[in-house]
Amino acid sequence: MLDQFTVTDKKATRDGFGKAMSELGASNPKVIAMCADLTGSLKLNPFQDAHPERFIQAGISEANMIGMAAGLATTGMIPFATTFANFATGRVYDQIRQSVAYSHKNVKICASHAGLTLGEDGATHQILEDLGMMKMLPGMTVINPCDYHQVIAATKAIADHHGPVYLRFGRPGWPVFIPENTPFKIGEALMIQPGTDVSIFATGHMVYQAMEAVKILKSEHSINAELVNIHTIKPLDEQAIISSATKTGAVVTCEEHQRNGGLGDSVAQVLSQFLPTPQEYVAVNDSFGESGKPSELLDKYGLGITDVVAAAIKAFERKA
Amino acid sequence: MKDENQLKQIASQIRRDIIRQVAAVNSGHPGGSLGCADLFTVLYFHIMKHDASFNMKGENEDLFFLSNGHISPVWYSTLARAGYFPVEELKTFRKLNSRLQGHPATHEGLPGIRVASGSLGQGLSVAIGAALSKKLNKDPRTVFALTGDGELQEGQIWEAAMFAAHNKVDNLIAIVDWNGQQIDGSNDDVITLGDLEGKWKSFGWEVHEMNGHDYPSMITTINKAKENTGKPQVILMRTEMGKGVDFMEGTHKWHGKAPNAEQTEIALAQLEETLGDY
Repeated sequence: MLDQFTVTDKKATRDGFGKAMSELGASNPKVIAMCADLTGSLKLNPFQDAHPERFIQAGISEANMIGMAAGLATTGMIPFATTFANFATGRVYDQIRQSVAYSHKNVKICASHAGLTLGEDGATHQILEDLGMMKMLPGMTVINPCDYHQVIAATKAIADHHGPVYLRFGRPGWPVFIPENTPFKIGEALMIQPGTDVSIFATGHMVYQAMEAVKILKSEHSINAELVNIHTIKPLDEQAIISSATKTGAVVTCEEHQRNGGLGDSVAQVLSQFLPTPQEYVAVNDSFGESGKPSELLDKYGLGITDVVAAAIKAFERKA
Repeated sequence: MKDENQLKQIASQIRRDIIRQVAAVNSGHPGGSLGCADLFTVLYFHIMKHDASFNMKGENEDLFFLSNGHISPVWYSTLARAGYFPVEELKTFRKLNSRLQGHPATHEGLPGIRVASGSLGQGLSVAIGAALSKKLNKDPRTVFALTGDGELQEGQIWEAAMFAAHNKVDNLIAIVDWNGQQIDGSNDDVITLGDLEGKWKSFGWEVHEMNGHDYPSMITTINKAKENTGKPQVILMRTEMGKGVDFMEGTHKWHGKAPNAEQTEIALAQLEETLGDY
């Protein structure tokens, strides 16, 4: 790894969201926090305590929350509409499509408990289709940060960005390896480890899995993998993808999402147009999840560290 | 502020504009549009403080949100006649490259529209958001939302109703276009609305009723609803779908159907041209 990316702590990405919201609440009087009966889960209690007048408890009515967010944005506020990722996207897709995206409202949809790493609650809550649904909406910015510090930086960045945004993070404690105050720019990929043999493009929790895989590839297989963190799914950093794939000639994409419609498909779209390159997917293969521990689930559904290693070897070997 | 006679003249022209818009493209929704022409006239030419130079945020203005977006022809005509954009532009309704989309949208930048609507049930929530914003900003003006009656079958309406009452959003007036009709037939045939007054009351709203074609009744009722009482206000507005064109009145058949050339001629003969056709 580049020297600065070493694991320093273990914290949930959603904790980063709560911390950034507290800071934004103090620094920006236009910021409104909205929640649908999941204030504690979204780590918004400090915001609620400090700014009760700018905290909106929507109750268990996500459709109404999204609509109200559109109205708040219309009149100049910056609403952060928050809940679990399943209820923040699939449940309210039409409300987001019409009242937020088509109407180009400055609404930030911020979703915790995304993906398999939600764990024991099981498949009803483990949405694996949200990135795809959100990236298909014209004008929607889609961001899936990889650790506690990156969520803090991303949350602050989207407050300064005018337009609708989907920000996705998760429930479990997760390794922290992005140094505090690392510059974050929407749409600009972050180099984690330069390499020459295969490019790994990873997003969200899978960046840590890929970091561990890179070490194994090097020590056990003498493969110098390049690891690039694609935190912004849309707009995609096409230049970073083309530049890395040009160098390595083989690509792996890693995401805690269905392979249909996620980061992998976005990368494939770029490569097929500009630089046809062998690509392997590390993603959930057209399946729902189930109850279990996050690490057990990642392993069972093909998102384990060994799966990333296997995919990288396969992509590397496909270079002819 | 216009007197009743002037308001009726404006409404007559708006009704002509509605018929001419939908007839020109053989599509659109004349029934509900005609039924709400008197309400739009009263709101935009008598009740609301608003600025036709149009600022999206609408600070210190009364705001209007149309939740049942399919009655766009009445809104477009009203906005044009109120000076938001040239009346001539009504010619472009539902045509390619127009700002006057089939259902209202902000996407093409049409002045007067603040959010897209068409997929039903969403406008009341948006209006609540704007009303909360006004309270935060100590802006004393009122937010209006118009919904259809069939639209009350959407669950989101009742999510919004529950929220507004709990949070005492009393700078909000919801108006229900209660014509009793929807696409597949009468409300009672499709999904009965039951005790509408009782439903809203039990959700914690102040309920008013008015005749949507009686100007003094509308002005009195809306002004009464503007008195903040700590509760959100809903006005159940009795209207006749297709009002003003005899063969369109009181039936769901003209909900989303344009008149042919002959029917258009008959309809326009019943509606006085008062402000000049575009």
